[in-house]
Amino acid sequence: MEFSNQRSRLPMRARLATTVGGAAATVSRLAGKGDGSVIGGIIGLRLEPSLLSILAADRQVVLVTGTNGKTTTTRLITAALAPLGQGIASNIYGANMEAGLTSALSRAPDAPLAVLETDEKYIPAMVKATNPKVVVLLNLSRDQMDRAAEIWLLARRWREALASAPGCRVVANADDPLVAWAASGARQVTWVAAGQRWREDSWCCPNCGSHLRRDADDWACGECGGRRPPVTWMLYGDQVIDPSGQATPLELALPGRANASNAVIALAVAEAFGVHMPQALRELRAVTSVAGRYTQVNRRGFDIRLLLAKNPAGWLEALDVLAPPPAAVLLSVNAQGPDGRDTSWLWDVDYRRLRGRNVLVGGERKLDLALRLEADEVPFRLVNDIDEAIDGARALGSPSLEVLANYTAFQQYRAVLGRTQ
Amino acid sequence: MRPLRLVWIYPDLLSTYGDRGNLLVLERRARLRGMPVEWAEVHANQPVPRDGDIYLMGGGEDLPQTLATRRLQADGGLQAAASRGAVVFAVCAGYQMLGMEFGGADDTQVQGLGLLDIRSGRGDRRAVGEIVADVDPALNVPQLTGFENHQGVTRLGPGARPLARTSLGTGNGDGTEGAYAGRVLGTYLHGPALVRNPGLADLLLFWAAGPLPPLPPQAEDLAQRLRDERLAAVTPAQ
Repeated sequence: MEFSNQRSRLPMRARLATTVGGAAATVSRLAGKGDGSVIGGIIGLRLEPSLLSILAADRQVVLVTGTNGKTTTTRLITAALAPLGQGIASNIYGANMEAGLTSALSRAPDAPLAVLETDEKYIPAMVKATNPKVVVLLNLSRDQMDRAAEIWLLARRWREALASAPGCRVVANADDPLVAWAASGARQVTWVAAGQRWREDSWCCPNCGSHLRRDADDWACGECGGRRPPVTWMLYGDQVIDPSGQATPLELALPGRANASNAVIALAVAEAFGVHMPQALRELRAVTSVAGRYTQVNRRGFDIRLLLAKNPAGWLEALDVLAPPPAAVLLSVNAQGPDGRDTSWLWDVDYRRLRGRNVLVGGERKLDLALRLEADEVPFRLVNDIDEAIDGARALGSPSLEVLANYTAFQQYRAVLGRTQ
Repeated sequence: MRPLRLVWIYPDLLSTYGDRGNLLVLERRARLRGMPVEWAEVHANQPVPRDGDIYLMGGGEDLPQTLATRRLQADGGLQAAASRGAVVFAVCAGYQMLGMEFGGADDTQVQGLGLLDIRSGRGDRRAVGEIVADVDPALNVPQLTGFENHQGVTRLGPGARPLARTSLGTGNGDGTEGAYAGRVLGTYLHGPALVRNPGLADLLLFWAAGPLPPLPPQAEDLAQRLRDERLAAVTPAQ
C-alpha cells in the first residue's frame, strides 16, 4: 500500500502531536464529554501549530461549506467516493473548525482522501492549510448573526481565498447568486444547478448591489451584466441531469429537495475523482440517516422522526419534508451558544402552512416560537418534553410525530430517545 | 374607514434578521382593534409610496445599508412622507440611516437621510446581547427588552431625544438607547423589536391613528409572558 506508512513519515513533532491529541480524544470520549473530536485537535495544534498542513499534505482533500447541508453533503460525498476503495478521513461528527479538521485527519493517518465539512468563516484559512483538490460551495444565507459573519462579507472572503488557490476545483451551486459570485473568482469551476428555495438574501447583485432579475432558477443583473453561469450538472425535479445530458431519477432514501440538491453536488464531486455517476448514485441511495437526522424512532409505541434545521433557509426546507397530516408536528427551539442566542430568525420563517395541523411547541425558547405562531394564526400546544409531546399528539388524534428542532434542542431529544441510527 | 397603510422599506436590502416581525406585530395589533390594514413591501427597484401611515426600516450589512440610503435619497418618497407627519420606525442599520451620517464600509462616513438629528460611527467593539432600557417617561411605554447586534455608536444632536436609558446593554453607547423626534423613531434593538415591546408598537399605532381601544387580555397573554421571561432571564433576582 502506497500510503500505509504515511504517519510514520510525519515529522517527529507532528507525530507526537497526533499521539497526544489522540490520547486526549480517547480520554474525553471515555469521560463522556462528547466524541473527543475537538479536544484532540486543540491539543495537537498547541504542540504543532502547522499540524493541519502537515496532516493534509499528500492527501486529496475536499472541503465542504455553505450555510446549510454541510454535514449531509460531507456524508454523501464520502459515500460517493467509496467505489475508489481508498481510505477516507472525514469529520463525521460535524466538528468543522481547525481543531475538528485536524482531529479527523489525525484519526485516519493512512487515508489518502479526506472529505471535510468546514465552517463558512474558516474557508480562507482551511484552503490555505489543506491545499484542497475540491472546494464545495453549497449555499449562503442568513445564519445565527450573533456568532456568524455577515454573508456579503463571507462571500467576499471566499472569493478572495479561491482566487488565490489556482490548483483547486470549485464545485458550486450556480442557482445561489452569492455563491456563484464567490466561486467565479476560481480558475476551475464545476457549476451545478442545485436550486435555491430560500431567496430572501439574494434579491440584489452581490457584485454591484442592483436588483437581480429572477425567473425560475435563472438570475441576471441588469446593471453589471453578472448572470447565472451555464451549468454542467442539474437537479431537475427529482432527477439528476449529468454532463452528457442524460436524466436519471435520484431515488434517494434521504427526504426532501435540499438533500436531492446535496446529492447532485456529491455526484459532481465524485466525477472530479473519476467515479462514474451510476456507481456513485448507488452509494448515495444507501444513505438513510446522517448524524441522527431523519432518524425514525419509536417511544412508548409512538413513531417519531427527527429533523434538524438551524436557520430560516433550513426551516423552510424542513417544513417541506414534514410528513402530511394526521402526523403531528413538534417544533422546538433553544437559544444556547451553538444555536445563536438571538431568536429573531423565527420571524423570517413562514409557518402559515402549518395551519390546520396538530402542532406542539417545545424547547427552552418555546414562548418566542409560540408568539411567532400566534402571529401566523397557527394554533398550538406548549409542551415541556418529548413525552408531553407524545401525549399531546395522541390526545389530538395523531398517529405519529414529526420533530423539527434547532441544534441543541435536537441534541437534547436525541439524548432522550437514544442515539440510534 | 380608511385602512392603515404600513410600508416596509427595502426588505431586499434591509432585512437582516427577522425584521418582518415588526410588520406582523403592527398588523395584528391594528386588526385586533378592528382597524383595517394594508401593507406594501417596497423593493429597492420600486418607488416608495408617499401616502403610507407607518414606514418600517430594518437592519442590514454595511454595503446594503449604503446602497439603500442612496436609493432612498434619490427616491425622496420617505422624506416626503415624514415631512407631512407619517410615522417612521427604524431598527439598527435603518436607525443609523435616518440620521445625518453613519459609518459605512471601509470606514468612510456616509451621508444619511437627515430625518433624525443623530450622527453614527463605528465603535471599538461589537455590542451583541440582550438589552434592557427605560423609555422616556413622556412616551408612556414600558421598559424595552430586546437583542442588539451592532458596532455602531450614535450621538444625539439637540433636535432628537433619547428613546430610552439603558440598564443592560450598549444602545447608543453613552447610556442612552435609540432616538426620536416628532413621529420618527429609531432603535438599536434589532430585528423584530416590537414583538417583545407591544407598548412601543402601540405608540406607533397611536401616532398614526389616534387613541386606541385596549386589547382583550388573552390577546396580550403570550407577549406578556415572553416579556416577563426575557426580563427575568437578564435581571438579577430582587
